Amino acid sequence: MSEIEVLADQSDIGQKGTVVRSHVIKKILRNPMGFIAVVVLVFMVLLAIFANLLAPFDANFANIGKTLASPDATNILGTDSVGRDVWSRLVFGARTTLLSALLCAAVAVGIGLPAGLIAGYYAGKFDGVAAWVVNILMALPGIIVLLTVRAAFGPSVWISMIAFGVLLSPGYFRLTRTAVQSVRNELYVDAARVAGLSDWAIISRHIFSVVRAPIIIQTAIVCGVAISIQSGLEFLGLGDPSVATWGVMLSEGFKNVYLNPSLLLWPALAIGATIGALVLLGNAVRDALEDAEKIKPAKRGSVQASNGRTAPGRAQTTAVEAGTEHHLVKVSNLGVGYPQADGSIKKVVDNVSFHVDRGEVLGIVGESGSGKSQTAFSILGLLPENARIVAGSIQFDGNYTVAPTDDRVSQSRLSAFRGKRISYIPQEPMSNLDPAFTIGYQLVTPMMRVLKISKSEATERALALLDDVGIRFPEKTFDAYPHEVSGGMAQRVLIAGAISCEPDLIIADEPTTALDVTVQADVLDLIRDLQKRLNVGVILVTHNFGVVADLCDRVAVMQDGRMVEEGNVRDILRNPKDPYTQKLLGSMLEGKEPMTMLVSAGVTAAEAAARDDESDEKETLQ
Amino acid sequence: MVTFILRKVASGIVVLAAISFLTYFLLYYSSANIARSILGEFATPEQVAAKEIELGLDQPLLPRFFGWAGNALSGDLGTSWFNSEPVARALMTRLPITLTVVVVSIIFIAIIATALGMAAAVKRGWIDRVVQGAAVVGDAIPSFVMAIILVTLLAIQWQLFPATSSIAPDSGSAAWVASLTLPVLAIVINGVTSAAQQIRSAVIKQLEKDYVRTLRSRGISEREILFKHVLRSAAPAGLTVLSLQFIGMLGGVVIIEQIFALPGMGALAVTSTTMGDIPLVMGVVIYTVIIVIIVNLLVDLINGWLNPKVRVS
Repeated sequence: MSEIEVLADQSDIGQKGTVVRSHVIKKILRNPMGFIAVVVLVFMVLLAIFANLLAPFDANFANIGKTLASPDATNILGTDSVGRDVWSRLVFGARTTLLSALLCAAVAVGIGLPAGLIAGYYAGKFDGVAAWVVNILMALPGIIVLLTVRAAFGPSVWISMIAFGVLLSPGYFRLTRTAVQSVRNELYVDAARVAGLSDWAIISRHIFSVVRAPIIIQTAIVCGVAISIQSGLEFLGLGDPSVATWGVMLSEGFKNVYLNPSLLLWPALAIGATIGALVLLGNAVRDALEDAEKIKPAKRGSVQASNGRTAPGRAQTTAVEAGTEHHLVKVSNLGVGYPQADGSIKKVVDNVSFHVDRGEVLGIVGESGSGKSQTAFSILGLLPENARIVAGSIQFDGNYTVAPTDDRVSQSRLSAFRGKRISYIPQEPMSNLDPAFTIGYQLVTPMMRVLKISKSEATERALALLDDVGIRFPEKTFDAYPHEVSGGMAQRVLIAGAISCEPDLIIADEPTTALDVTVQADVLDLIRDLQKRLNVGVILVTHNFGVVADLCDRVAVMQDGRMVEEGNVRDILRNPKDPYTQKLLGSMLEGKEPMTMLVSAGVTAAEAAARDDESDEKETLQ
Repeated sequence: MVTFILRKVASGIVVLAAISFLTYFLLYYSSANIARSILGEFATPEQVAAKEIELGLDQPLLPRFFGWAGNALSGDLGTSWFNSEPVARALMTRLPITLTVVVVSIIFIAIIATALGMAAAVKRGWIDRVVQGAAVVGDAIPSFVMAIILVTLLAIQWQLFPATSSIAPDSGSAAWVASLTLPVLAIVINGVTSAAQQIRSAVIKQLEKDYVRTLRSRGISEREILFKHVLRSAAPAGLTVLSLQFIGMLGGVVIIEQIFALPGMGALAVTSTTMGDIPLVMGVVIYTVIIVIIVNLLVDLINGWLNPKVRVS
């Protein structure tokens, strides 16, 4: 009932036949805050609709013999200073206040939405002019304008609400314009255009469905603001004195605050409750549409009570399993999960074990969602806040970073290694540099912090590093901001950052996926070259068997969070045992001989064989 | 950078001109009976006609507007039609009071909201729930209703503060502070809650950025990431919120000043618009818009300094 009231503006602006889908309404009602909001608003709307029946007196009927009376049977909330019934005025006030808020929202939507649609969809001159008008409107302090409007047109609630609607229309304009712009170039809109649909059909079908939700939320907020400003004007005594509104009642109450403060209580309560309900409704709609079934932030240990894992202790010094200290990294039976709303844990990594030795390159291969990046981030200790280690352990150079009973990665233990001995090359170069700082700053600071060297020394090293990763004008790049360099350059900068503190282990998360094909080979060459020269261990997360064949000594294949196969690259390429590996290889190599792929990826058979022998040697050494 | 500033100033001047004309245009139609109401009901028709000629009311819109604008450009905003006080002087005695309330409030809001918003974003838990809950309460209670509640409770019931201000030129600073505490408190309570909520989301948005993870991987401490990188990137969003609040406050303070009987620009705005004192209304509008333009310019400049991309383009 009340949703329709609040969403009224929305149903007449398009989306014919489709009101808000019923599950959204259900979700709003199931949210306790949303339910309260709906109840309050329904109550206010009922008051407004049935004001004539509910109010025993006319809003302006004054019993001069009975002023400032306390509540009794006739006047259930008492009377004001001229003997008018407070309850009756409150009820009629609800009508005026709600209607004026709706008028304001309707005007704002009526101007903002079409203007936003046209500006967003057709852009061009209209967009420029509209942006100008919006700037002017947004520079105007509302009340000053309304005072001016009142001076010009007299004290009418409706005229000031129309004017206020105009002032608030930029909100809708901006929101619609942004939404339309983001949808306009989507493929399905192109497809609709190619299919010969008219602009209007595209707008009503595709674009309204995008702007609908934000508009509902905006409308709830606008109604609240309208009520607030309108009662403010009435309070100043600038309203129409013959119309009962909550603001007029507030003003009247304030004049008699020394005689009867309770006259203030009811209108203040009505205003607060209504605006509050509108705000809550807006929030509830947003939550429902965002599909945000809020995951309860699991308290430390609460989820783990079942499997006996606890938060890592600061000084936990459990010795690692004897005979495994020499591995650079050893991951044993690792399980990573995320607590769900229903209290269960969704596992994204399950029973994964592998190790990496110094100077060795391990590839972790799998399609997206296979848990390969989650595994890599567990080693780095950079899992999202809500992730939990549900099984297994991780050790680095003979120390546990995740002990067998820990439920998360110990940040205190990892901070001794991260940046110093373990470093990271990310996937998407541009988003991994802070746009607000120069590239030089972002290279120098970690070196100053980690290696405790002076700024001038760090600067010198940074320039040398930039040169090292194949950047032609190190000084120029050093002074540049991230948005001033190309993606390939940015990735080289990130690689320079990763090797800057002489790590023992580099974790590279799909380091070439986001790059142009021509740049990919260069970056892979760079990684291979650096790895050989610095003799670091590398964990290379990728979905590309070509990259694995090119760089890795050993490979672990992951599917759905589990490790399906692990071993020497050559063995697995030649003789994949698991059907999933076979499928992956089949799709990569398209029926060609693995050797062909190796050669075409820039490694000769002799080199591959040599590397093969090297890793065989390591195997026997162990 | 210089062209950036010049462009902003130029567009500010155009906005000012457009708003002046628009306001003048609106007021033009309200000035029909103004001479009569200035002179009172016993004035003869001849006196009224003479007054109209004196005020220039006999002229059409455009000559009147350009006459006013010409004077305004030379610094003369005219005199009040009702009490003959020069508009510029009337504004200059009132403006400091209004600006004190607004600026002090926005400084408190900026500091408290940043601290709360960041704490909520980083620590989550109870402080996050408090910030989010307070945002709803703060949004639900308009600042003038908050002011009424404060006056009723703190000034009238418990008599901790003066209910109305006693600001006079010779009153000491203690009287100033006592008079301004409640108005500022009312505005701050209302503003902090929503600003903290928005700063919270801006900080969370930045904390989820890829570069934050990379900074962590480089061994940079959480504290440095938060205060140097995240806060800086979240600042433009926070500044936008604060500047919008500032603009809103210039209007909202009108009601607050009435409640506390502060002799600021609000009282001037209310009386001049109710009486139709066009030179004074124009003065109030012009001054307000100039303040808004200056604030927006400052925000643009700070954002340009914070974000190298804006600076370059």
